[in-house]
Amino acid sequence: MKENGIKLQNIVKKFDDITAVDDLSFEVEAGELFGLLGPNGAGKTTTIKILTGLLKPTSGEAKVGGYDLKKSIGKIKEMIGVCPQEPAFYPYLTGRENVELFGNLHGMSKTKIKERAEELLAKVGLVEGATRKAGKYSGGMVRRISLVMALINDPDIAFLDEPTVAMDVQSRRATWDFIRDLKTQGKTVVLTTHYIEEAEMLCDRVGIIDRGKLIALNTPKALMAEYDAKDLEDVFIKITGRKIRE
Amino acid sequence: MNLQRIYSLMKKDLKKLVRVPATLFLALIFPLILTGAFGFAFGSLGGAGGEVAYTIGIVDLDETIWAEYFIGNLTESEVLETKSYDTSVEAEDDLSQGIIDAFLVIPENFSNSFNSYNLNPTNASTWVNSTVELTVDQGSMIVSAAIPPLVQQILAETLYGKQSMIVAQPVQIGTPEGIEADHFTQFDLMAPGMFAFAAIFLTMIVAEGFVEERTEGLLRRIQVTPTSPTDVILSSVTANMITAVLQVAIIFIMANLMGFNPLTDLSGYIFAFVIVLLLALCNIGFGLITASIAKTPGAATGISFMFILPQMFLGTFVPVPDAVGQLVPAYYVTDALTSIFLRGAAITSEKVLLDLVIMIGFCVVIILAGITVFAKFGREK
Repeated sequence: MKENGIKLQNIVKKFDDITAVDDLSFEVEAGELFGLLGPNGAGKTTTIKILTGLLKPTSGEAKVGGYDLKKSIGKIKEMIGVCPQEPAFYPYLTGRENVELFGNLHGMSKTKIKERAEELLAKVGLVEGATRKAGKYSGGMVRRISLVMALINDPDIAFLDEPTVAMDVQSRRATWDFIRDLKTQGKTVVLTTHYIEEAEMLCDRVGIIDRGKLIALNTPKALMAEYDAKDLEDVFIKITGRKIRE
Repeated sequence: MNLQRIYSLMKKDLKKLVRVPATLFLALIFPLILTGAFGFAFGSLGGAGGEVAYTIGIVDLDETIWAEYFIGNLTESEVLETKSYDTSVEAEDDLSQGIIDAFLVIPENFSNSFNSYNLNPTNASTWVNSTVELTVDQGSMIVSAAIPPLVQQILAETLYGKQSMIVAQPVQIGTPEGIEADHFTQFDLMAPGMFAFAAIFLTMIVAEGFVEERTEGLLRRIQVTPTSPTDVILSSVTANMITAVLQVAIIFIMANLMGFNPLTDLSGYIFAFVIVLLLALCNIGFGLITASIAKTPGAATGISFMFILPQMFLGTFVPVPDAVGQLVPAYYVTDALTSIFLRGAAITSEKVLLDLVIMIGFCVVIILAGITVFAKFGREK
């Protein structure tokens, strides 16, 4: 595995009797935009939580950016950016203050935080809104500021957990451009989504996950060809007999 | 531990203090209103705490010049009004009806005690001992707390004279060292407890803050950065210590505006900040324990009262038996500040230092317990 890639080997995560992640193994190449596609409750977010150190796996091993998850979580945290499914932010801080706070938590210099914040806020169209308290933001603005907070440290590896949920079409398109931009910068991106179109348009490869298990893994085109399907939804139906968004 | 992270998180907490009205009210405006309201109601600026506060009945069985002198001193105190009775039964009857707040019985051998002391002040074995019986209205916590020390004070002045109170005495009557013959209003007696009163609400502020951050996913979000749990807890401790300093300053300023004039110098003021900061640390520890138990901010508010109420009733300005009060840390803060502010005790006096040492002990145990419990159970629910 090249540096900045991700490797999971036989990862299992159990919550009492429930197996949320069941013997998951796959690799993400450095610079790859990798999609984890699956219905709600498939185990996508649990996988992200394991890879970012928020949950300990019941068994199995993983490496992120060449570092062992169990031994070097501190090193991993220095090189990742995580955009959570539920956008967490401080409502009494302005958008810019939220972004700067997370820059400081990543140990960035004042100058670097300012430069990077300007750049990212401009990209997501939040330069003017950044001086307002985040508690007054619309749903779309909250999503966008959450994305900027996640990427302020210019991470080598970005974990984006359903970043476009509840976004209007315009905001979603802008976020897609933003994510494509990360790829052109050579960043490794793991994107979880249950939007078929999003996975097809953005991802180099897609891992389809259902009930904690990886049921398919390839490029979107190859998957559709393999299952003689018109889209990834069709691929999922052909494998499981169910729709992704049932 | 990383100073940049601690500073930025602390700054965030202080911004919350200023920008979130509920936090601002609880932390800073509430102590301001409380001190102002109590000062106005019970202090020298208000009506109730003015020149004459209590009526005390006198049953004089001695009827000598010494007894008259003592009664004269009681009246001159301007805090007490006196009313004469022939028998203690009559006085007790008026006390039970609320006509008087207390009564005292001057015994027949009262003047003998004074004369024997004056004949030979250095030889206690020659003195004739006597006891002035004092009965107070137990239905009023303020009266039962305020009158005994006042009467004791005036009795000492009658025996030794006012000047003798500030020099070493061969005879001790059980009053704290260095008392001056100032007249305390009810507010003066309550003021030391107010410093503790404000700080104990930090339990709620800390608990609600952490539970909110946890339920909103902010603690988890911070957890995926290189920030350590130590950085998070230290930033909260620092921000709340700054809040406690502001609380003490607000109460000092407001209490002084309301006529409170502590019998201390700069060292006493500095000591007040130090001991209240120790109490603040204790309550940050209680807040962390509360945050570890509570699943929602509402539950945190409710559970925090388990720590706030005992401290409020046992350790501030509500008079309770010492044995009960000694169970809570706030008691030692109020006790030390009462000694310093009302009795003029030095910060190096044995009693004050003992209170400080006990507070340090409480502080270490509670904050360590809070950090341990929160690190284990509080970060995820």
